[in-house]
Amino acid sequence: MHRRIYGLETEYGIICTPEKNRSKKLTVQNVVMYLFREIISGRMYPDVFLENGARFYQDIGCHPEYATPECDDVIELVAHDKAGERIVTRLATTAERRMRADGFRGKITIFKNNLDTVGNTYGCHENYLMEREKVSFRQLASQLIPFFVTRQIYSGAGKVKRSDQGFYEISQRAQHIREEISIATTTARGIINTRDEPHADREKYRRLHVIVGDSNMSEFSTFLKVGTTGIILRMIEDHFINERFALRNSVQAIHEISEDIACKRLIELENGKRLSAVELQWQYFECAKRYLEQAESDPTTDEVMARWEYVMTCLEDDPMQLERELDWVIKRKWIETYVNHRSLSWDSAEVKRLDLEYHNIRQDEGIFYKAEKRGLTERILDDAQIRHAMHAPPQRTRAKFRGRFIKLVNNGKVLCGVNWSYIQLYEPYQKLYLSTDPLEPEFEEASRMIYSI
Amino acid sequence: MPSEKQQEYREHPANETAEIQPNSEFNEDVNELTEDLDALLDEIDEILEEDSEEFVENYIQRGGQ
Repeated sequence: MHRRIYGLETEYGIICTPEKNRSKKLTVQNVVMYLFREIISGRMYPDVFLENGARFYQDIGCHPEYATPECDDVIELVAHDKAGERIVTRLATTAERRMRADGFRGKITIFKNNLDTVGNTYGCHENYLMEREKVSFRQLASQLIPFFVTRQIYSGAGKVKRSDQGFYEISQRAQHIREEISIATTTARGIINTRDEPHADREKYRRLHVIVGDSNMSEFSTFLKVGTTGIILRMIEDHFINERFALRNSVQAIHEISEDIACKRLIELENGKRLSAVELQWQYFECAKRYLEQAESDPTTDEVMARWEYVMTCLEDDPMQLERELDWVIKRKWIETYVNHRSLSWDSAEVKRLDLEYHNIRQDEGIFYKAEKRGLTERILDDAQIRHAMHAPPQRTRAKFRGRFIKLVNNGKVLCGVNWSYIQLYEPYQKLYLSTDPLEPEFEEASRMIYSI
Repeated sequence: MPSEKQQEYREHPANETAEIQPNSEFNEDVNELTEDLDALLDEIDEILEEDSEEFVENYIQRGGQ
């Protein structure tokens, strides 16, 4: 079976609303520190690995960020992404209690989205481990750009706009993309980001760090976003894509496609052809189908292909048919339904609020979860898989090994420094275990050590 | 799914009982859907009970990556 490491990093938005006239305001920084108090002690920097192998830390701009452990299966990855939401939710509840004990009465709300009210953005980054020698970066970038520009039609999380600016668009992130290729993650963001820290053998592996996508609430959207990208990467690595998909102006195209909720607008290719995002994605799909007729597949890949085809068929006809599957459609459907039933103005603060509350990660509060609870969304997982991922690391990657050490640390059995690629045991063991291959779940020497403690 | 029920309905236009039977099921489904919809809209009302204007204005983050 073809194996690849997948990972998702989510930067959450956070706000604390004080109870009316009863409490002082806390800054975002203060609230984030409360969030970490349960899992760090004393003067530790808010940056920890958890026993499921994930990392939870405070990122640039004070965002709490959850990075999933290394997964080698996309369904498993979706479970770990959802597990992250639940872990952060639990921490928020504990933080509220601690705040109350300190005299701050307030409610913490956490959004898994990419935009605040004034237009600041924060990201959801996808990571794909690739074999370095198989393809040059230049070739990788040129074949990926048209795919990333167009995949938003199923991976977008939707954005409410003022009525005089067009009401709604597909992607949260698209308008913040300014370059084709860039190293920057906070300024001139690129369709392709060139950060390449493999946390593994550099000669053998590269890490493709994707910052162009939206954060997804829908399991279906996350599954399809990462699943299709994984298949495209295999085709690029195997030099299978011969079609010329290069776009005349990719940055303009990513903006225009996001603005077109009918998914009909034509974009110009370098060779002069004009195609819609749906047509271009169909071509990638057909190419993938041909590829998998001669390359090895697996059940998850088969599921990605089946759902990709279903989604493309609906998008071609009427995107609103996907009101159970895709974030941007689910959100649009419920906001529009609410606005119509309650005769609200589209430009009201209430509608802006709903645009945020769709992404509220609390299962008893978020609009996405209210729909899910009533069976109005299509799921990939069941709750047991998510609960399992909150504690158990993936079993086929080095996250397994890391998770076992973290458990020993949490039980007070050892002291050690942990990072993606190493475990450093302090006194009395004084050992350093370096991992150069994330696909390798075991270190013989380290395993012996774990069981001897 | 209401659309499937409708389909079933159309497939047996000559049969009197078949016509009535799926039709009433279809109505039940629609009622269920309407209940779900109303309940969801009521829950959204609750979210909006607090001052949305103030909440939205206060939701300012520092830019991330």
